[in-house]
Amino acid sequence: MATLHTRSAARLMIAPSVLLLLAWMIVPLALTIYFSLLRYNLLMPGMEEFAGLSNYTYFLTDPAFFQAIFNTLAIVLGVLFITVAGGIGLALLLDQQMFGQGIVRILVIAPFLIMPTVAALVWKNMFMNPVNGLFAWLAKLLGLQPFDFLANAPLLSIILIVAWQWLPFATLILLTALQSLDEEQKEAAQMDGAGAWSRFIYLVLPHLSRAITVVILIQTIFLLSVFAEILVTTNGGPGTQSTNLTFLVYAQALLQFDVGGASAGGIIAVILANIVAFFLMRMIGKTLEA
Amino acid sequence: MGSITLKNVSKVFGAHAVIPSIDLDITDGEFVVFVGPSGCGKSTLLRLIAGLEDVSDGEIIIDGRNATELPPARRGLSMVFQSYALYPHMSVRSNIAFPLKMAGEDKAAIDKKVEDAARVLNLTDYLDRKPRQLSGGQRQRVAIGRAIVRQPEAFLFDEPLSNLDAALRVNMRLEISQLHQQLKTTMIYVTHDQVEAMTMADKIVVLNRGRIEQVGSPLELYRRPDNLFVAGFIGSPKMNFISGAQAANHQAHTIGIRPEHLVLSKDHGTWQGTVGVAEHLGSDTFLHVNADGIGTLTARVSGDFAVTHGDRVFLTPDPQRLHRFDEKGMAIR
Repeated sequence: MATLHTRSAARLMIAPSVLLLLAWMIVPLALTIYFSLLRYNLLMPGMEEFAGLSNYTYFLTDPAFFQAIFNTLAIVLGVLFITVAGGIGLALLLDQQMFGQGIVRILVIAPFLIMPTVAALVWKNMFMNPVNGLFAWLAKLLGLQPFDFLANAPLLSIILIVAWQWLPFATLILLTALQSLDEEQKEAAQMDGAGAWSRFIYLVLPHLSRAITVVILIQTIFLLSVFAEILVTTNGGPGTQSTNLTFLVYAQALLQFDVGGASAGGIIAVILANIVAFFLMRMIGKTLEA
Repeated sequence: MGSITLKNVSKVFGAHAVIPSIDLDITDGEFVVFVGPSGCGKSTLLRLIAGLEDVSDGEIIIDGRNATELPPARRGLSMVFQSYALYPHMSVRSNIAFPLKMAGEDKAAIDKKVEDAARVLNLTDYLDRKPRQLSGGQRQRVAIGRAIVRQPEAFLFDEPLSNLDAALRVNMRLEISQLHQQLKTTMIYVTHDQVEAMTMADKIVVLNRGRIEQVGSPLELYRRPDNLFVAGFIGSPKMNFISGAQAANHQAHTIGIRPEHLVLSKDHGTWQGTVGVAEHLGSDTFLHVNADGIGTLTARVSGDFAVTHGDRVFLTPDPQRLHRFDEKGMAIR
């Protein structure tokens, strides 16, 4: 791509895909913005009329909105914390030489391959159910009162379920990063008198920093829009205790049939996601450059 | 101080004995080079001494203490690795300071020692750079700096020059030798390059298949090799080996003569041959001569001896420098 000629040829070549991607993005966005400015209720078809910004004021003043923002952040941060910390721990364990290494690794990756609805239902009915669940059985075995996770700690339960699903992903990325750590560096640190903990702090963790950033970036993108797990377990409740922004938009559109309000919520979600992305990219830019 | 004794040390990986059994004495302040072809166990031996591998049997005694069971950090040794093994995210200063920091020394003492080491190694201007911003030779010096700040009993070098280009290798060879003169600390140096071994060592340990073939000063090994392996390994170009009738004339199974101990002439001599290839180095010329009834011989002659491919030459071995070996490959003296 050295000469002016090859550069302009290259631009010409990539133009169709750029245009396609642009249209792909711009059409839904434009339609959503258009709907968000209408009084558009599915119960009153054909009665759409221009409503100005009232959909936005309605959505932003909804008491559930701030709860949803808080819940969204709690899910993202909670899951990130569990998966990064747990992923590092699991990766360190799986990096050790042991019998049946291959099988153990496949087992660890398995949760990632289970679809979210199924995983959430398994947790709901087989683990967290206060009557039939494994946790209830364990509690009863110890003579304790079974704890109704989804009713009493709905947000925490959802964080746990989602974290369980994403842990393999974090583990996998961190494990490959761990395996690329130069053996001689570890030996040099050993000769230099660094114990296992010092080697972890001064050698392993800095080596993993890029992989950790990648895990945070990719997971954040997906965790901002957790939906299936909430739908099949708590349905956003009790009340709005486990409603996140995605679920709130869904409820607005398909439970209250208010497409206009939901579109306004969607646009707000896009703006918030962009704010998060802005900070994320700045953080990542720093780590990946170094 | 830095004396190291290996007693009956062996290392077995599974069913394969990498090092069957080795006894070796290294006295304080010596520059010892382990040399041998790849896979001869020289690096394994170094790692056993460092404590990075466990011995299967035997004892390692460092400075009068039995160090066989000690972890690497407590043996008082430091090591320079083939890949330098610098910590990539730390500056040169932090790299050199790392062993001191791990030893829990206070900040002022660390700073002073790092500055001193940097001065010795000409690294003062690079202290705040990251390893990847340095050239190969500079990285090498940082690795050495990290090794010397601890003031160890002995230094271990694992093929430290093999990643450098030829010119830099010659320079660093000299620098390491000078460092040894300055510090007077025991150094153990592993290499597969016999030139490095010859130029740097006080004592060379020639290894082959996990066994010590011979231990001695460079010139001892050059002049009086114990066996065919050492005779062939030490010296460049390689010693010529002749067996059969010519060897029988000297009451030996094989005779060996170094290329530099063959006298060449254009009109008279013991053996006759045709010049195959002449490699002109300027000061010297290496001649590969197809000697009649003997095979290919390499001869080293002065650069002024003008012959080319196809010329007939006569070769006469210097009888004083002729090495004789029995059928087991051991030297007859």
